[in-house]
Amino acid sequence: MMNFMEFMQLATHVGLHHFLLLSAILFSIGLFGLLTKKGLIPLLMCVELMLNAVNINLVAFNQYMPVPDYSGQLMAIFSVAVAASEIAVGVALTFRIYRDRGTVNVDELKELKG
Amino acid sequence: MIDFALYHAWLIPLLPALAFLIIGLGTRQDKKKSAIIGITAIGASFLLSLGVVGAVLTKRLVMAAPFVMKTVWARIGDMELGMGVLIDPLTAMMLVVVTTVALMVNIYSVGYMEHDPGMGRFFAFLSLFAASMLGLVISLNFLQMYIFWEGVGLCSYLLIGFYYYKISAREAAKKAFITTRIGDFGMLLGILLLQITFGTVDFVALKSMLPNYIWVSGTSFLTVIGLLLFIGPIGKSGQFPLHVWLPDAMEGPTPVSALIHAATMVVAGVYLIGRAYFIFAELPIVMSVIAWLGGFTAFFAATIAITQRPFKRILAYSTISQLGYMMLALGVGSLTASMFHLMTHAFFKALMFLCAGAVIEAMHEEADIFKMGGLRHRMPVTFKCMTIGVLAIAGLPPFAGFFSKDAILAAAAEVSFPLYLLASITAFMTAFYMSRLLFVAFFGEVSDDCPAQETNAFMRWPLVVLAVLSVVSGAWGHFAGFSDWVFYGVHEEEAINWTIAGSSIVLSLFAMWLAYQIYVEKRWSSHQIARRLGVLYDLSFHAYYIDEIYAFIRELTVDKAGRLAYWIDTHIVDGVVHGLGRMTRGLSVLLALPQNGDAQRYVAFFYTGVIALVAYSLFYAVKILSVTGGAF
Repeated sequence: MMNFMEFMQLATHVGLHHFLLLSAILFSIGLFGLLTKKGLIPLLMCVELMLNAVNINLVAFNQYMPVPDYSGQLMAIFSVAVAASEIAVGVALTFRIYRDRGTVNVDELKELKG
Repeated sequence: MIDFALYHAWLIPLLPALAFLIIGLGTRQDKKKSAIIGITAIGASFLLSLGVVGAVLTKRLVMAAPFVMKTVWARIGDMELGMGVLIDPLTAMMLVVVTTVALMVNIYSVGYMEHDPGMGRFFAFLSLFAASMLGLVISLNFLQMYIFWEGVGLCSYLLIGFYYYKISAREAAKKAFITTRIGDFGMLLGILLLQITFGTVDFVALKSMLPNYIWVSGTSFLTVIGLLLFIGPIGKSGQFPLHVWLPDAMEGPTPVSALIHAATMVVAGVYLIGRAYFIFAELPIVMSVIAWLGGFTAFFAATIAITQRPFKRILAYSTISQLGYMMLALGVGSLTASMFHLMTHAFFKALMFLCAGAVIEAMHEEADIFKMGGLRHRMPVTFKCMTIGVLAIAGLPPFAGFFSKDAILAAAAEVSFPLYLLASITAFMTAFYMSRLLFVAFFGEVSDDCPAQETNAFMRWPLVVLAVLSVVSGAWGHFAGFSDWVFYGVHEEEAINWTIAGSSIVLSLFAMWLAYQIYVEKRWSSHQIARRLGVLYDLSFHAYYIDEIYAFIRELTVDKAGRLAYWIDTHIVDGVVHGLGRMTRGLSVLLALPQNGDAQRYVAFFYTGVIALVAYSLFYAVKILSVTGGAF
């Protein structure tokens, strides 16, 4: 039986598990949004959420690694840069689609060709 | 000269082969040059052949100890395939016969083909034909012989189909090729069995190995080999039932018919048996098959020849009949008689075919003898030559056929009386139908619209030369000792048996008298006789409907099998192919269903997969942990 002090310790002390839990929650929210939202912009936002969940994972693992190393953080920064450019392209495409079709609803964008 | 000829005997087939290449590649368009090259080559081969004969005589080469020159042609593993030259008296005799007839035919062709635009091609093929046959004659093993054997078949195809724009010529060429191929296949099987059994197909080696083999394993398996080998000569030498191509082979130009019937093609089969006589002579069953088939063919073809009307067709059936004689002689064990008859027959049959060519050309391609008549007034030289040929084949002394036919009859009488009887009846019929040919075509009145004139010198002189040979070759062969020269086993002195010879002379004279009474004196009407004979006449006139029977059997088997194969092809083979196509299309429709462009469904599939993969790996991780007790 865990006593009060131990519970508080676990509740207030932020460890690796908390980061992973946060990351998993974020990822799940993103995935849920990706599967349910219909607008292209919310979808892009959901993808962004999932990407950042991964970034949190990377940084957290890097922080708790026993040897000093920055490859996780480097990876996270790299990932942020890539995500930024991807969003730029994604939003630009969304605008083009909106201009062409007058809609950004994915249910109406089912044609695979032109 | 003689030594040169002997040691360069390989030149004999090579020269005409070269002539074929030169004419075929170079001078085909130039008639005169082509003819000169062709004749020069075969003439040189003729001189070399004479040299070989001289060598055989002076060096006393005998059948038991031939002269062999050998070179390795190909080596496959331990198996060595040789090529080379085997010279013994038999080879020498054949070389002279083939080159003589070929030379005469070449010279004759200059006159015969002078208006034909394909003359260059003709001489090229003639040269190749002669080359193939000469190569066959000097072969020292079965394989080499088989190669040239097929070469002869190819050339006969090319030459019978020489007038390729005529449908009948094309059909005849195909018929000749396919029919002889049937025989060749049997022969090939025989050769392969020899190679498997003895490890060699070399004549000399086989000859030395054979007695031991027979002593150890008997003759039963060899009998199979012998029968298979014999199928080749059945096809090539026009023996029943594969004789059907020979009468049709006259679709080619007449000089070719002369060459095929006399010296190059059909005697190849007889020569093969003669060359491999050391095998056949040991196999009594095969020998009696050869003898009886030969005798039957001789009789059978003679009964057909009696009623035929086209000039060359009569000669063709007489060739089949005479080949049957040669086979009969081989079957009763007389290599000498067979080869002797081969030689004399080559001369007088070539003579008669060349006469036929002259007559048919003079008659403007009219071949029916009953539309001729009285030609002896118009073509005296041809008439004399033809008469000599007929007398020779009828077997009257002192012409060549008398001596050789007598030798065959004597040999047959020694072995079996029925065979002798068969041969004698055939001789009677031969004399009858040949005199019928002579009397109908050359005697009687000249019709007013008969265009016949004596032919030109190129066509006349070969006739004279062959006529002289048809007279003297028999007597020469008999008195100069052909039998000391070409024989198998123990040499026997052959004297003329005057009982046999006398009866055959009487029979022949009677047959000729009968033909004279019917066709010149017209004492009995030939039409009435034909009507009296009824069915027999019909059977004979239509050559016993053998062609029709073959056509019927072909329809029954080949056509039906073809239809079956066609059905299998359209329904089963095509069905499989089409089925595969349909299956692919169905699968693609099925697989295209999820690809509907709904991006969110793709995502759902993707993450389902990810979750499944993770679950799978977790499951195994747990399993491994439980096995190892918590440690990887």
